[in-house]
Amino acid sequence: MEMFQNILFGFSVALSIQNLLYCFLGCLLGTLIGVLPGIGPLATIAMLTPITFSLPPVGALIMLAGIYYGAQYGGSTTAILVNLPGETSAVVTCIDGYQMARQGRAGPALGIAAIGSFFAGTLCTLIIALFGPSIAELALEFGPAEYFSLMLMGLVTAAMLAQGDMSKSLAMVIVGLLLGMVGTDVNSGWRRFSFDIAELGDGIGFVVLAVGVFALGEIVANLGSAEKRTIFTSKVGALFPSKDDLRRSSGPILRGTLLGAFFGVLPGTGPSVASFSSYMVEKKVAKDPSRFGHGAIEGVAGPESANNADAQCKFIPMLTLGIPASGTMALMLGALMIHGIAPGPTVMTQKPDLFWGLIASMWVGNLMLVLLNLPLIGLWVSLLKVPYRMLFPAIIVFSSIGIFSINNSPFELYLAALFGLVGFVWMKFGCPPAPMLLGFVLGPMMEENLRRALLLSRGDPMVFVTQPISLGFLIATVLIAVTMLLPALRKRRGAITD
Amino acid sequence: MKTELRSNKDVWAGLMFFGTGAGAMWIARAYPLGTALNMGPGYFPMLLSGLLILVGLYIMLRGLRRSEAIEGSWSIRALILLPLSIVGFGVLMRHAGFVPALVALVLISAAAGREFKFKEALLLSFYLCVLSVAVFIWGLGLPYPLINKF
Repeated sequence: MEMFQNILFGFSVALSIQNLLYCFLGCLLGTLIGVLPGIGPLATIAMLTPITFSLPPVGALIMLAGIYYGAQYGGSTTAILVNLPGETSAVVTCIDGYQMARQGRAGPALGIAAIGSFFAGTLCTLIIALFGPSIAELALEFGPAEYFSLMLMGLVTAAMLAQGDMSKSLAMVIVGLLLGMVGTDVNSGWRRFSFDIAELGDGIGFVVLAVGVFALGEIVANLGSAEKRTIFTSKVGALFPSKDDLRRSSGPILRGTLLGAFFGVLPGTGPSVASFSSYMVEKKVAKDPSRFGHGAIEGVAGPESANNADAQCKFIPMLTLGIPASGTMALMLGALMIHGIAPGPTVMTQKPDLFWGLIASMWVGNLMLVLLNLPLIGLWVSLLKVPYRMLFPAIIVFSSIGIFSINNSPFELYLAALFGLVGFVWMKFGCPPAPMLLGFVLGPMMEENLRRALLLSRGDPMVFVTQPISLGFLIATVLIAVTMLLPALRKRRGAITD
Repeated sequence: MKTELRSNKDVWAGLMFFGTGAGAMWIARAYPLGTALNMGPGYFPMLLSGLLILVGLYIMLRGLRRSEAIEGSWSIRALILLPLSIVGFGVLMRHAGFVPALVALVLISAAAGREFKFKEALLLSFYLCVLSVAVFIWGLGLPYPLINKF
């Protein structure tokens, strides 16, 4: 019963005129920029984060969450209409979604993506409300050793499951951890890696790093390659899927949601893992697997539900443990800290309006995407016709103003330009930048917990193994690492991601 | 598959990580290490840079055996003009005001593209100026002068 009271309380927060407006603005902006090619959800959130600094914390988080799933949704729209995945998880949607669009069934493909996402969003809102409090309660028992092992597990899984090269992802995690060290050490007052630059005393701003690497770096990379975009939609057609479509999709949507929710709570796994596995499952259980790749609606419904469920459930570790499970959650966590809220299990009890309001607003936001964005698809399509040479200066303008407004100083801009260059080099060398961001946000927390754990154990490193919960996390870490390194699985993983 | 050393993705990536790790270690050698019981400011950075050096070496050696080539061009034009436009925006924001900084930002960054048309970029800078002033100055109330008085 308490759960329903909590949810009701959440809705009373989320349905206030002000927060409804923030939610709507977030969804709209997120979709708008998510639709634009060459800029994914991570870059979108990074770019728009400074705008939310002036809002009250609850409103800011609601708007950021709206941007998050709006961008995700925008990514699948471009995947279906232009065969251009807005981000890695939409790659799967491209396979059958674009084929459907070519057969003149873009409408039902977009419709089922929205319906599947909405269903996944609804179920996951319930899952968070149901399990969130007990996880937070458990987490209250965690000491520094448990936290350190948990973060280690998150970082290792992030490196192992990231798209692309495992060892490079691992190296990027370490680079991120090192970048997190920049600035004044809270314990000793030493200024580390600050090169005697006064502005670096407070460390590198996460917005600066994220915008530099994800927005600017991507633009440089895009300008290097020739533009190729063919829009295949003179007509989107009726949006609502037929009865037959719905019947075919109900199974995939349910299975996709459950898969996505499972992968969602696992720290480190990106939404692409969820959507890829959903696609594989649907292909396995289908009566006629040969239809896949030629416009099977199941191939859109399953993965789209899975990646939305994953996106939503990523909030569980972030809100209850204070541990970001993905690059985007690392950004959210950073935003939370900028608003002066210490992330961790106490958020739920000390800021119940934030916790429950945010959860309720996710459901509201998903509904908005269905009711408001779907009819606007014509507008999004026309946006796609704007050539990139007009779009990227606009992205740069908004990024630059956003970065400048953080401290009203040009220093952050210089730093962002530098990270743009670095991010471009990383991309060229095939080093995925998302694990770096995770390491960057977790770096200072990890050091602090390691220090405290060792202090409490009088310098004995065995403390991580003798504490049962900590040992559990470490065993899980080793298991994940070993399974991912097994040659057989490695080959299969390659086959899926290629 | 043998790849030429010059365009060997993994060798370069490994070298970069090795260099980053070595550089970080060299800087961090000045910070007190402390002991495990009482970690100094140098403890964690030393640990991390040591790990990075090892992973970097591994990637480099693996790349010598087998690696992919770096794809695509380096787009030197964008590589120079884009960061320049952002740095220029920072300088002009301080000395010339919001509008001149924006115009310069749009023109220089647009010039980084392959199909740059001056008239089009000028028009774009006009629209973006109007939009940005409306949203950021009037809408969000950011305290920047539109044009500085000299």
